[in-house]
Amino acid sequence: MTNLTQLTLSDAVDGLKAKTFSAKEITQAFLSEIDKSNQHLNAYVVVTADKALKMAEASDAKLAKGKGGRLEGAPLGVKDLFCTAGVRTTACSNILGEFTPTYESTVTQNLWDQGAVMLGKLNMDEFAMGSSNETSRFGPPASPWRREGSNAKLTAGGSSGGSATAVSADLCLAATASDTGGSIRQPAAFTGTVGIKPTYGRASRYGMVAFASSLDQAGPLAKTVKDAALMLEIMCSADAKDSTSLHLPVPEWTKSVGKSIKGMRIGVPKEYRVDGMPEEIEKLWQQGVDWLKAAGAKIVDVSLPHTKYALPAYYIVAPAEASSNLARYDGIRYGARQSGDGSLTSTYETTRAKGFGTEVQRRLLIGTYVLSAGYYDAYYLRAQKVRTKILEDFEKAFEQCDALLTPATPSAAFGYGEKGDDPVAMYLNDIFTVTANLAGLPAIAVPAGVDSQGLPLGLQVIGKALDEEACFKVAAAIEQAAAFKARPKRWW
Amino acid sequence: MSVDKNTVRKVARLARIAVPEERLGPLAGELNGILAWIEQLNEVDVDGVEAMTTPVAMTLPMREDVVTDGNIRDQVLANAPRSEDGFFVVPKVVE
Repeated sequence: MTNLTQLTLSDAVDGLKAKTFSAKEITQAFLSEIDKSNQHLNAYVVVTADKALKMAEASDAKLAKGKGGRLEGAPLGVKDLFCTAGVRTTACSNILGEFTPTYESTVTQNLWDQGAVMLGKLNMDEFAMGSSNETSRFGPPASPWRREGSNAKLTAGGSSGGSATAVSADLCLAATASDTGGSIRQPAAFTGTVGIKPTYGRASRYGMVAFASSLDQAGPLAKTVKDAALMLEIMCSADAKDSTSLHLPVPEWTKSVGKSIKGMRIGVPKEYRVDGMPEEIEKLWQQGVDWLKAAGAKIVDVSLPHTKYALPAYYIVAPAEASSNLARYDGIRYGARQSGDGSLTSTYETTRAKGFGTEVQRRLLIGTYVLSAGYYDAYYLRAQKVRTKILEDFEKAFEQCDALLTPATPSAAFGYGEKGDDPVAMYLNDIFTVTANLAGLPAIAVPAGVDSQGLPLGLQVIGKALDEEACFKVAAAIEQAAAFKARPKRWW
Repeated sequence: MSVDKNTVRKVARLARIAVPEERLGPLAGELNGILAWIEQLNEVDVDGVEAMTTPVAMTLPMREDVVTDGNIRDQVLANAPRSEDGFFVVPKVVE
């Protein structure tokens, strides 16, 4: 039998249904792999072995009767951003201490309702603020990928770095993740995995630790486009507990995978050809264009003139909303309290100074500043208007095409510390991904090749609002043409 | 708009984050770097443009005005750093 941990989610689900192996067997295979690997990779910050085995036993009982959900017995990892009842949830921040939710996020509940097995909680940047997973209170994960002939530890991207590490190192079949500026798609591109952020409102935000509420969306990281479609179909739902949840039926995206893209019009936005972009990225993009042409799509040049304003707008909107959302962490009702000089104000100020890391504090100060008296119109309101311009750009482009093809990231994965101390240099990582968050559009990253040092590179497909189907169709066409088979060489 | 140490002190106070005196200067530098980069938004003509709300037109959902949750005191207090007799315990605020 092939190694169970190396199966795709879809194959594992089929194997479980056919009783080729049991839920307990595959769960134990993952737990023993995590046991061996996690000390080197730091993907999991909590391993829920007992819970996993209990869930697996329950799944086996159902499977024995020929029953069970669509993910019955399939072991998954959960980004530490999702509240999981009875399991510590901290968004990898010290300020949440040993916070153990008494309730379950809607997204994870949807997965358990379909029989999935929880292996544990996955590493991430503190409150999802980062592009390298270095801001986690538990230290960064190590990507299983390394440059050829080098031992330098590389980032798996951020903020969903633990999810990307776990999926690419076979420490789970698939994982939940979240994307506020690119936190699903950039880690996917860095680790040769598939990640999709759906249209804003498709996935419920109930029980997701909030970062920037108008941008946050949950989505999966998975090994294949089909697996990502299966995960997303189950994660998404109309939810009365989230007032921004879309009350629309969730389409059967798994059926889009493999559909012909013949006649589809694919837009190539010229503004995504940025200064200083490595030639390899440019080549990969052209390769993607050629693949889609060969599959029968028509390529259209389009323009998204406000692209360059997306990141600056994001760095107003996201910190502003974060400063409001994170006001709840005051050390009174939950999390770690620091008393300072014993007064109430000192308790707040010391709790937050000790509980939040450097990057989170930096963003909270920016957010507080741009929302402070007299500056709201100049910053937040202006940024929200620029968002409208960015959305209008997309709407105009979509009059000429059905989906857009862009690179997923401006480079391959980088090493820890290589970005230096300039926060803006780190922020530029999200240059191709952030526009879809600002406009609320669905976007998928799919592995398409490797660079000269053997590191994965990804392409991104952005769809119209509610048209995840186009993302899945085009991504599947790229996946098929690319036949991406590269795997990290085991060093851990 | 340039941020000085006093502004950082004021903003840190508003954000309820204790920032040590020696960090005020470096933070002012960092914030100025980010704000200078953000300034390019001033190039965009946003006259008459509505602020973005959502890409998918929808109205906020309504529901019956009935109690849907509650009577979970112990759950609410389960993660409190300090609680006693069913209450949160906080530093003294009234002399």
